[in-house]
Amino acid sequence: MAHDVLITGIGLASSLGEGIEPHAQALAAGTAPIVDETSFAPYPLHPLKPLELDRQIPKKSDQRQMEPWQRLGVYTAGLALDSAGLKDDAQIKSELQVIVAAGGGERDHAVDAAILTGLRGANQPGPFLNERLMGDLRPTLFLAQLSNLLAGNIAIVHGVTGASRTFMGEEQAGVDAIRTAHARIASGQAQVMLVGGAYNAERRDMLLLFELGGFLRTGAFAPVFAREDAPGMITGSAAAFLVLESAEHAKARGARAHARLSQVGAHRSRRQPGSVAKGLDELLAGFGSIAPGALAVSAATGCAEITAEEAAAIAAAAPKARRVATGDLVGHAVEAAFPVSVALAAAALSTGAADEAIVTGAAHWRGEGAARLVKV
Amino acid sequence: MTASHRDSQGRPIVAVTGLGLVTSLGQGKDANWEALTAGRSGIHRIERFPTEGLRTTIAATVDFVFDRPFAAPELSEKLATLAAEEAVGQSGLGEPGDFPGELFMAVPPVEMEWPQKQEIAQAIEGDADYDALLRAAATHKYKAMHELFLFGGVAEHIAEKFGTKGSPISLSTACSSGATAIQMGVEAIRRGETQAALCIGTDGSVHAEALIRFSLLSALSTQNDPPEAAAKPFSKNRDGFVMGEGSGALVLEDYDHALARGATILGIIAGCGERGDGFHRTRSSPDGKPAILAMQDALADAGLTPEDVDYINAHGTSTPENDKMEAMSCSAVFGERMASLPISSNKSMLGHTLTAAGAVEAVISLLTIANGRIPPTINYQQPDAAIALDVVPNQARDAKVRTVLSNSFGFGGQNTCLVLTAEPKVP
Repeated sequence: MAHDVLITGIGLASSLGEGIEPHAQALAAGTAPIVDETSFAPYPLHPLKPLELDRQIPKKSDQRQMEPWQRLGVYTAGLALDSAGLKDDAQIKSELQVIVAAGGGERDHAVDAAILTGLRGANQPGPFLNERLMGDLRPTLFLAQLSNLLAGNIAIVHGVTGASRTFMGEEQAGVDAIRTAHARIASGQAQVMLVGGAYNAERRDMLLLFELGGFLRTGAFAPVFAREDAPGMITGSAAAFLVLESAEHAKARGARAHARLSQVGAHRSRRQPGSVAKGLDELLAGFGSIAPGALAVSAATGCAEITAEEAAAIAAAAPKARRVATGDLVGHAVEAAFPVSVALAAAALSTGAADEAIVTGAAHWRGEGAARLVKV
Repeated sequence: MTASHRDSQGRPIVAVTGLGLVTSLGQGKDANWEALTAGRSGIHRIERFPTEGLRTTIAATVDFVFDRPFAAPELSEKLATLAAEEAVGQSGLGEPGDFPGELFMAVPPVEMEWPQKQEIAQAIEGDADYDALLRAAATHKYKAMHELFLFGGVAEHIAEKFGTKGSPISLSTACSSGATAIQMGVEAIRRGETQAALCIGTDGSVHAEALIRFSLLSALSTQNDPPEAAAKPFSKNRDGFVMGEGSGALVLEDYDHALARGATILGIIAGCGERGDGFHRTRSSPDGKPAILAMQDALADAGLTPEDVDYINAHGTSTPENDKMEAMSCSAVFGERMASLPISSNKSMLGHTLTAAGAVEAVISLLTIANGRIPPTINYQQPDAAIALDVVPNQARDAKVRTVLSNSFGFGGQNTCLVLTAEPKVP
């Protein structure tokens, strides 16, 4: 009953650029990340290396109808389809099912600021708000904000019309997206799936949400596992999409596999000291013995305590593994953080930099995930 | 357990053993069923926020659960809690706070709302732009707002409260989300990953900006007076949907597991179908192909044919486009039979409960099977000659119903259909 699940397509885009090559290179060389410490000061972040949108989103009208997070996601989904050799396969695309891990679209910051400023002095705040929203919101902005419209745009732009589901819920959405896609293929419920997520970090509305809870690092960049002076996330614009496929399906169409996704697990519990380490310990133990030369890619946030617990869990399960933090390469990409980390691991296996990899991630607020990839 | 039961494709059968419902018509299945079969509307004038300057001033909001101001995620969570308590209670599965299955939740997308932004803005001198909001946030005086406006917050709280197992799923497929939550529960049980699933659709997000967004897309009815006559699915004078709130919850369970513990079987989720549509962001393919395929997939998944369907619980939003597309697609699937096959829209009374609709309407579909009575499409005064259907106009109808097709279609090309049936006859 259990089918092997192969990664036959990798789409990646971030501050480092696009595609497997720049990411595999950075992973191998440990090059310094691209960080912008001034534009959103005091919050450092990793800005997206600009994309030539026309290459994956040919119609300007489609580009205009999307916000940056959607364009990034649709673009990266296109890279994954290209990588899997599916871009021109209308038959498979008409059946291809999609799971997207997504947040929501960007607010119109100027409109919000003008309304908020005006509301403070308004005699009738309710009618004032109505009037300004009716007058100032772009009607189509809503469609650029709806979570499921990244998936909707993938259908429109790339002609992927199997069916899509959008998972929400910050980092854990990315874990559950990959876990569910893996489970559906392993059980034979699907043969091939497109799964991933996209995050645009260059938005003050998202910085605001995380800063409300005190989850952002301020000041200069520091590596994920060395932020004790000022713990917190340094977010990064990044996206990853993967084509997952049953071994039989891949073989039948002669597709090349980058790696085998052998296991994916997710965990939740009410957070308390030690619960992240315990959750990850359990997930990693379920994977069986991990090869000494394995690569450990961590989607850790850099937030206080939980990051140290994740480090401890990785050290316990794979003491000899080479540990790489995704955040040190491209920043923390929230919903996309886990998909990006799995994609990085797959890129490493694909280029022969490792024979096996584990991926871990403790979400900034709730939930933990882990995956294991092995060479094909 | 003696024999193990399998469906026509050799998979575990997915039974429903608990149902919960809360809508603008009231709390609980009984109150809702009484109102729905009496043809009563839950749509009323909006009192939650000022409506001056708005083209639409009506909605089917749920106004009886809080006596204080609240944010949308708080209402969505409360509605889900009420529906889930009823469903889990009826199922008798597990212990309070220890539900032995996974959680699949359709929740509305979340973002920071105006009252909270205004609260922060009060502490700001000068322009209340995002840099100023960030400086105020950095004082960490507003910490609770972070958790309140996380996308995963509602499902996390429900998982904690009901003690569901595994990583809770928060999902959106726009207006078909509730059906997708059920579909995901079905798939997990068929995989043998879990013996039970709590599937919930909830939506408590009628606030000024949410309404204005739909209004700016010209999606809402503007026939505000009288409010209860605004939702007119399949009528010639239909002019848009009416926003609604509510929650539907279902306890799904492996049929053999349910039998073994002597649970009452309320019905079967026999089949699911879903299709994407790459035509347009808000409009459906003119040929209706994705909707047709989704219905056919659901029937094939159930091992049934169009002939087996006794009643269609329509998506039936009351927008000019949806109802036309849905009628055309149903005719393509059911052929000449469509002229006499009953199809009705709960949204004529409940408004469009958006994220919750697929789950709310699945619950009502199962009540329809159990009671042998079809809730009507109310406000059907001007039939649309272009879409001749038996919409069960204005009055509930007694009928033997064993198999229901429930349709859900959403923005972004989301089409999800469920086939729900009565308990299998014991062989």
